[in-house]
Amino acid sequence: MNSEKSTILEAKNLQVKRGGVSVLDISYLGVPEGEVLCLIGPNGAGKSSLLLALSCLLKSSQGDIIFRGKRVGANYSLSAYRRNLAMVFQEPLLFDTTVFENVAAGLKIRSVNQNEVKRVVEEYLERFGIGHLAKRSARKLSGGEAQRTSLARAFAIRPEIIFLDEPFSSLDAPTRESLMGDLELILHETRTTTIMATHDQMEALRLSDQIAVMSEGRIMQIGPPAEVMNHPVDEFVASFVGTETILTGKVIRRNAGTFSVSVAGREVEAVGDASPGESVILCIRPENVTVSTGFSNEITSARNVFSSVVKKIIPSGAFYKVELDCGFPLVTYVTNHAREDLSMHPGMDITASFKATAIHVIRKKLLSIPGE
Amino acid sequence: MDIIIEGIKQAFILLFTLDPEVIGITWLSLKVSGIATLISLLIGVSVGTIIALTQFPGRRIVISLINTGMGLPPVVVGLFVTIFLWRNGPLGFLEILYTPTAIIIAQAVIATPIVMGISLAAIQNLPANLRLQILALGATRLQMVWILIKEARLPLLAAIMAGFGGVISEVGASIMVGGNIKGYTRVLTTATVMETSKGNFDIAMALGIILLLLAFFINAILTQIQQRERPR
Amino acid sequence: MMKRLDRTCLIALIISVMSVVFCALPAIAAQPQQKNIILATTTSTQDSGLLDVLLPIFEKTTGYFVKTIAVGSGQAMAMGQKGEADVLLVHSQEAEKKFMADGYGVNRRLVMHNDFIILGPKSDPAGIKGSRSSIDAFRKIASANAVFMSRGDNSGTHAKEKSVWKAAGINSEGQKWYQQTGLGMGQTLNVAAEKKTYTLADRGTYLALKKNLGLDILAEGDAVLLNIYHVIEVNPTKWPKVNSAGAKAFSDFMVGRQTQDIIRKFGVEKYGSPLFFPDAGKKEDALGK
Repeated sequence: MNSEKSTILEAKNLQVKRGGVSVLDISYLGVPEGEVLCLIGPNGAGKSSLLLALSCLLKSSQGDIIFRGKRVGANYSLSAYRRNLAMVFQEPLLFDTTVFENVAAGLKIRSVNQNEVKRVVEEYLERFGIGHLAKRSARKLSGGEAQRTSLARAFAIRPEIIFLDEPFSSLDAPTRESLMGDLELILHETRTTTIMATHDQMEALRLSDQIAVMSEGRIMQIGPPAEVMNHPVDEFVASFVGTETILTGKVIRRNAGTFSVSVAGREVEAVGDASPGESVILCIRPENVTVSTGFSNEITSARNVFSSVVKKIIPSGAFYKVELDCGFPLVTYVTNHAREDLSMHPGMDITASFKATAIHVIRKKLLSIPGE
Repeated sequence: MDIIIEGIKQAFILLFTLDPEVIGITWLSLKVSGIATLISLLIGVSVGTIIALTQFPGRRIVISLINTGMGLPPVVVGLFVTIFLWRNGPLGFLEILYTPTAIIIAQAVIATPIVMGISLAAIQNLPANLRLQILALGATRLQMVWILIKEARLPLLAAIMAGFGGVISEVGASIMVGGNIKGYTRVLTTATVMETSKGNFDIAMALGIILLLLAFFINAILTQIQQRERPR
Repeated sequence: MMKRLDRTCLIALIISVMSVVFCALPAIAAQPQQKNIILATTTSTQDSGLLDVLLPIFEKTTGYFVKTIAVGSGQAMAMGQKGEADVLLVHSQEAEKKFMADGYGVNRRLVMHNDFIILGPKSDPAGIKGSRSSIDAFRKIASANAVFMSRGDNSGTHAKEKSVWKAAGINSEGQKWYQQTGLGMGQTLNVAAEKKTYTLADRGTYLALKKNLGLDILAEGDAVLLNIYHVIEVNPTKWPKVNSAGAKAFSDFMVGRQTQDIIRKFGVEKYGSPLFFPDAGKKEDALGK
């Protein structure tokens, strides 16, 4: 699983200019095969432009796109390259015909024979739970059904890389939740390399293997979700991703109403239901973490108590942001008064605690056991 | 009042007795205007689509010209086509003045800007990302254009109706380039004008009613298709 | 890369459109060209229905196909002057003579005549009924300021009317009572009837339209009002594209005995009197005497 993955897609020195103004400037981006890369960033950060430039739907003024080691436009033709891709936009952009014909569109463009088209389309209609809508006009679908059709159309061509441009952002919360669950499962099954733009961090955390934070056409930071969230490289990334601590771990035990997660060798208890072996992401807000000196034996309602070391104390207006190391990173806020009382300084030992109920859990279904 | 009742009576007599001359004139009108509309569709839709999908210097001026062309006066078209088709004119060697072909050409010239303008607007009104979506599905540019045209088929039907309605009812160009020759280039409109000038108001009215019925049925069929396709 | 695709796409479309258009054209224009004769004539010959009777006979016996362009005599001769017609059937003496003198036509032959008549409402506001001559009648109309409806289209009728005004010494142009339609004979008659004005018309068209008009013949029979039709072949040496053989055949047909007989009988059954009088072979000066 952790073996070296080959890079399926690379962008080198990629630049896009519009009216002389640079809207995209990527010195290097490599996407490992089978991984999900999420692009996050504020509106106008260049997420959509990057997706379009990578899929060669937007003409770049400079730079190379390299697919499996072949330079697109040089020793690999643009049209041949495009046939490896699929794209889903924020709007479903369905054709004015039936759901079946919509899902079949990509296959028909490729002149796939009729029996094969029927087989594949039916398979993906089922996978996205829209089999019963096959004969319905695409104009008469709800938002969720339409986006399911759009996703089925993209997956039906069995692309090597799928580009998703904020596919869920115009859906209501319950619809989004169920569609995201299905997408997660299908991505897990098909292992399709995915590049998705989103402005929703939770969405990114849940789906991605890597997150790239973008601003003004540049990638500010790229890495695994926990790394980007916990160790922002600069002010911008920090302010965009927020100060929440993001921990990834594996469920090791199920208790009554709670479960235990192994994080960097230590055990964290969280509320909810999850099965042993499942991967989860734990999000802990700094204001929910308390610190104390010494290790008192008094009974506390906080289920998670860890000895830690103060790494950094950063003044942040009315309070201080304190970065701790418990074997995993953890951030808390303290007032100036508390800081003086504890005579806090970098390198000192300190006890950090937070309640099991204060953890926001994101279950990564990607690694869940099928049929669970 | 008498003349109106007489006209309506005459119209139905001519229609139901299948008067061979009237049937011939009606058939010619349909054929000529149908072919003209077809030609205007081929040129109008393809050029309209190309202009909608490409950027080039002077594009705005071209679009303004097309929009102006949508209101070309048939007599002006008739005059220019006549001058071009004269025996001693630039296209005189074709020897097609005073033939149905000449009427088809003049009517196609009238209908093409109408079809082109509506096609242009129809393609431009499709969602901007739709083109990208089609290309992303692996389509070649020709496949993309074809899919876009299919997507815009409802407004394109309106273009057909507007184009056909414009040419079947025009008289100025038809009489100039066709000459209203009996049994050869006499169409419903020119026959109506001639019968009026001959004082045969009843026959003129009958021809007018046939023209109206014809336009109505063609549009009813196209509207039927259009409304059936339209989502509720 | 993208640009090249665009261009390929564009060229492909243009070629397909062109090929469709150019394949369609010859298929429709399959009529054998040498067989076509363009006859430029006056509206009166068409509106009276005479050509509808004569042309099928001509086409059947000779195999030619006649394209009749019914316009005023003035425009018919303009078409002849430009070589856009092969043969003319017109009734505008002065203009015809000039046309021949300038060498645009050959073989001007007398075909038939009828006469012009002065029409007006029954009430006859200018009191022209019983006038001794057409000049007299026109003078009465002018002095009564009664509205006169003119063709105003350079047709033979218009030319005749202008010559009468000239002979009467009246400058009608620009007068308030003098109106011009710019239309053919039939339509002008309709306008005159509707507005209850005086007008000048050829007898043939009047008889054909009489049933729906409320206009009466108020003056007739003056030798000045003779309406004489000639057939003229357009000079092929001026315009090589002119179908001179066809024009000759049509000209011969019009003065032929059988044709002349048909002209003599035309309209008798329907209107009670002939619309035209055949004159082939006669001297122009001998007419009306």
